[in-house]
Amino acid sequence: MSHPGEITRRDLLRRIGLTAVVVGPGAGLLSACATGGGTAASPSASAPAPATSAAFDPKNPFAVDAKKGLEVVIFTGGFKDDYATGLHQPMYTKAHAGATIKHTGTQNVGTMLRPRFLSGEVPDVVNNSGPEAMDVAALAAEGHVAELTALWDAPSFDDPSKKVRDTVTPAALEEGKLNGKDMTLNYVVSQRALWYNAKLFQEKGWTLPTTMEEFKALGDKAKAEGIHLFAYPGQKGPYYMLWNMLYTAAKIGGNKAIIDIDNLVDNAWKSDAMKASVTAWHEIFTKYSDKSYLGLDHTQTQVKHLQNKFLFYPTGSWLEGEMAKDKPETFEYAIAPFPSVTTADAMPYGAIQVGSGEVFFATAKGQNPQGALEYLRIMLSKEGAKGFVEKTGSLTIVNGSADGVELPPGLASAAKATDAAGPNVITSARFEGWYKELFDYAWAQQNILMGGRMTVEEYLDKVQKKADDVKADSSIAKQTRDA
Amino acid sequence: MERLRKYGFVIGFLIVPVTLYVVFVISPYIQAFQLSLTSWNGYQAVPNFVGLENFTRLFKDEVFWNALRTHGIVLLVMPLVVLALALVFSFLLNLGGGSRGAGMRGVTGSTFYKVVFFAPQVLAVAIVGVLWKAIYRPDEAGVINGVVMKLGGEPIGWMSDPDLALWSLIAVMCWQAVGFYVVLFSAGMSAIPKDYFEAAALDGAGRFTLFFRITLPLLRDTLQVGWVYLGIAAFDCFALVNVLTLDAGGPDGVTTVLPVEIFKTAFTYSKVGYASAMGVALFFLTITFAVLTLRVTRREKIEL
Repeated sequence: MSHPGEITRRDLLRRIGLTAVVVGPGAGLLSACATGGGTAASPSASAPAPATSAAFDPKNPFAVDAKKGLEVVIFTGGFKDDYATGLHQPMYTKAHAGATIKHTGTQNVGTMLRPRFLSGEVPDVVNNSGPEAMDVAALAAEGHVAELTALWDAPSFDDPSKKVRDTVTPAALEEGKLNGKDMTLNYVVSQRALWYNAKLFQEKGWTLPTTMEEFKALGDKAKAEGIHLFAYPGQKGPYYMLWNMLYTAAKIGGNKAIIDIDNLVDNAWKSDAMKASVTAWHEIFTKYSDKSYLGLDHTQTQVKHLQNKFLFYPTGSWLEGEMAKDKPETFEYAIAPFPSVTTADAMPYGAIQVGSGEVFFATAKGQNPQGALEYLRIMLSKEGAKGFVEKTGSLTIVNGSADGVELPPGLASAAKATDAAGPNVITSARFEGWYKELFDYAWAQQNILMGGRMTVEEYLDKVQKKADDVKADSSIAKQTRDA
Repeated sequence: MERLRKYGFVIGFLIVPVTLYVVFVISPYIQAFQLSLTSWNGYQAVPNFVGLENFTRLFKDEVFWNALRTHGIVLLVMPLVVLALALVFSFLLNLGGGSRGAGMRGVTGSTFYKVVFFAPQVLAVAIVGVLWKAIYRPDEAGVINGVVMKLGGEPIGWMSDPDLALWSLIAVMCWQAVGFYVVLFSAGMSAIPKDYFEAAALDGAGRFTLFFRITLPLLRDTLQVGWVYLGIAAFDCFALVNVLTLDAGGPDGVTTVLPVEIFKTAFTYSKVGYASAMGVALFFLTITFAVLTLRVTRREKIEL
C-alpha cells in the first residue's frame, strides 16, 4: 500500500542509479589516487656524490648536514630494533651533534612504505626485511634507491685510510648488486647447512656422517632408537629444504649448478647435479623421516628437533638465536656440512653455504640522502657491527665484528666450519629474490614430491617448465649474475 | 515544498553512507578496472598500459583455474551442508519438541544447544584458523591425530594430503557458519504464526510433515538470503585459507582461492596489474552468482 507521491524502494534505487551515472565522471578524480598521480619520476638515481675535494673531510665524507633530520625504518623481526635505537642511532647523533633521528620500528615494511614511495614522502634508511619486504629492483627502476658505490668507496668510520669496501666480506658486495649496480647493504652473514645436537651425538658416541651412505647408516641407527634422521617443515619454512637441495647440487656440480638456475639457463633444473641432489634427499625424506612434518611449521618442527625427535635440520645460523628461549640445557646446536653424494663431488666434504642477508638500502629521493649513507657507514663501523653481534647473536659482514665477543656454541661452530670450508663456499641462490614466483613454485612442488605423489623426474620437469615460463614472461624484469 | 521536504529527509540520511561507499568501495573498484589493463608493479609512478593482455594470460593460468575449482566446489558443497544442518538444528531447537500446551517448543535443552551452535560465530576467523590448526595438527600433538595414533593408526595429513585438504577446509567453514544460520532460521520460524502448526497438528500432521509442508515453504525467503550470503562467502574465504591451509592455498594449490592469489600476486610478486585483473574476474563471478540466484529462486511471496 503506497501513498501517491511516496518514494517506493524501487524508485529510490532507480534514482540512486541515475545519480550514480551523474557522479560517474567525477569519480575519476578519486580514481587517480592509487597510483599517486601521473607525474613521471625521472629514473636518474644518481647517488649523492661525495663532497668536492676542496672541502672533503674523511671524518664526514658525505658532508652530512647535522641540521637535517634523518628518518630510519627498521623491521622488528627476530633482531628486534634496539640495535638501531640503542646503538647505531646514538652513534649517528654523537658523530653529528644536533642531528635528530625519526625512528620507526615495524613488522609491516611493505604496507607502511609502499604508499609513501608513491607519494614521494620517503624515509632515508630502510631495513627492507620480513614477509612484507618490498621489491627493491622495482623501487630501483623508479629511481628510489641510492647507489651505494659512494659508500663502499668512502673512508671507513674507524680508519680513514681504509675504504669501507675493504672492511667487509667481499661476497656481501657481490650479493648487494642489482643488475651490476651496488644497491643494497646485506648486513648479516649466515651459514647454512645442517644443524644437529652436539650433546646428543657425544652422548651416543656418534660421529658426523661425511657421505650419504654414512648418513643413511646413521639413520638406521637412529631409527632403532625411535629418532628420525632428518626433517624439514612443510609450512612456513619449506624452502629450507629447497635450499638444502640446491646447495647439495652446488656441492656435487659446483656453484655453476645454482648460477645456471639463477640465470634461467635452459634445462638448468635438469642438470645431473640437481638430479643427483633431489634424488638423494627424496630418498632421505621418504625413508628416514615422516610425512607428518609436511603439515608442521618451522617453529613446531624446531621444537621437535629440540626434543631430539630427529637428528638433522636444514637451515641457517640464525636458528640458535631463534630457539634460544626454548632450548633445554641438554641441547647444543652445531653445524654439520652436507654429506657427499657422489665420490666425485666438485666440492669436498666440509663445504657449507655462506651468504649475506638482512637488506638495508638508502633512498635517493629522501630529505637526507647524505645522512642515509652516513648511517649505513656507521652500521659498518667496528663498534656498530660488534654491538649488533652482541645484541642479536648474529654475525655481520664486517670483518672481525665478532672479535672479543663470546659466541654461543652454534655460532662458534658455524664460524669454525667457515674457516674449515676455506674456498669451498656454496653460493646463495639469487632467484629467490629475483623470481619469487619460481622459488615459491619450486618449494610448493617439492612438498608434493616429498609427499610421494610425484617422481623426481616429474618434479624437475615441472619446475623447469615454470622457469621457462618466467623466462618467457616479458613483464618480469630479468637479472643475471656471473659468479 | 512538499517534495523538497521528502527528498531532503531521504538525502539527509543517505549522504554520509553513500559518500563513504563511493570513496571506499566504488572508487577502488573503478581503479581496479583501470589497473587491470596495466602492468603496474605497485611502485611505478605511471602504470604501463597493456590492454587485455592480463586477461588473456589469466585464462591460461593454472593457478587461476585451481582457484576457480576451489570456489566451485565450495560453492556447491558449503551452502548445501550449512543450510541443511542449520534448518534441521533450528527446527529441532524451535519446533522439534512438538506441541505441548500452548504453541510449539524445541527439544529439551535447546537453549544450551543454541549457545553451542552460535559459539563459533563469536570467534574471529583468525582464531578459528589457529584453533583448527591445532585440531588438524598432523603429528601426535594434534587433537584428532593424537587419538588416531593412540589407537594405532597412521597419522592423517588433514591439511597436507592434497586429496583431503579441501574437505578439511570446507568442514571448518561449515562448522563456523552453521550457528549464524541456526539463529537466522530460528528468527524466521518464530515469525511463522503458531496457529498454522496447531491447525496442522490437529489434522494429524507429524513433525516430518510440519517441517516440509509448513516450515520450509514459509522460510523460503530467509533460505534464499542465506544462500546468497553463503555463496558470496564461498567467493571469499580469504582469512581462513590464509591462516589454516598449508602456506596459504597449498598443498599444490588445491585449497587456493582467488582473494589469496590476488594478495600474493599483488604484494608478494609485485604484479598489481595482473592481480587487479583477477579481482575484476572475481567481481564478475560474484555478481553473476548473486543475480542468478536471485533470478532462479524468485517466486511470488506468500503473505503471512
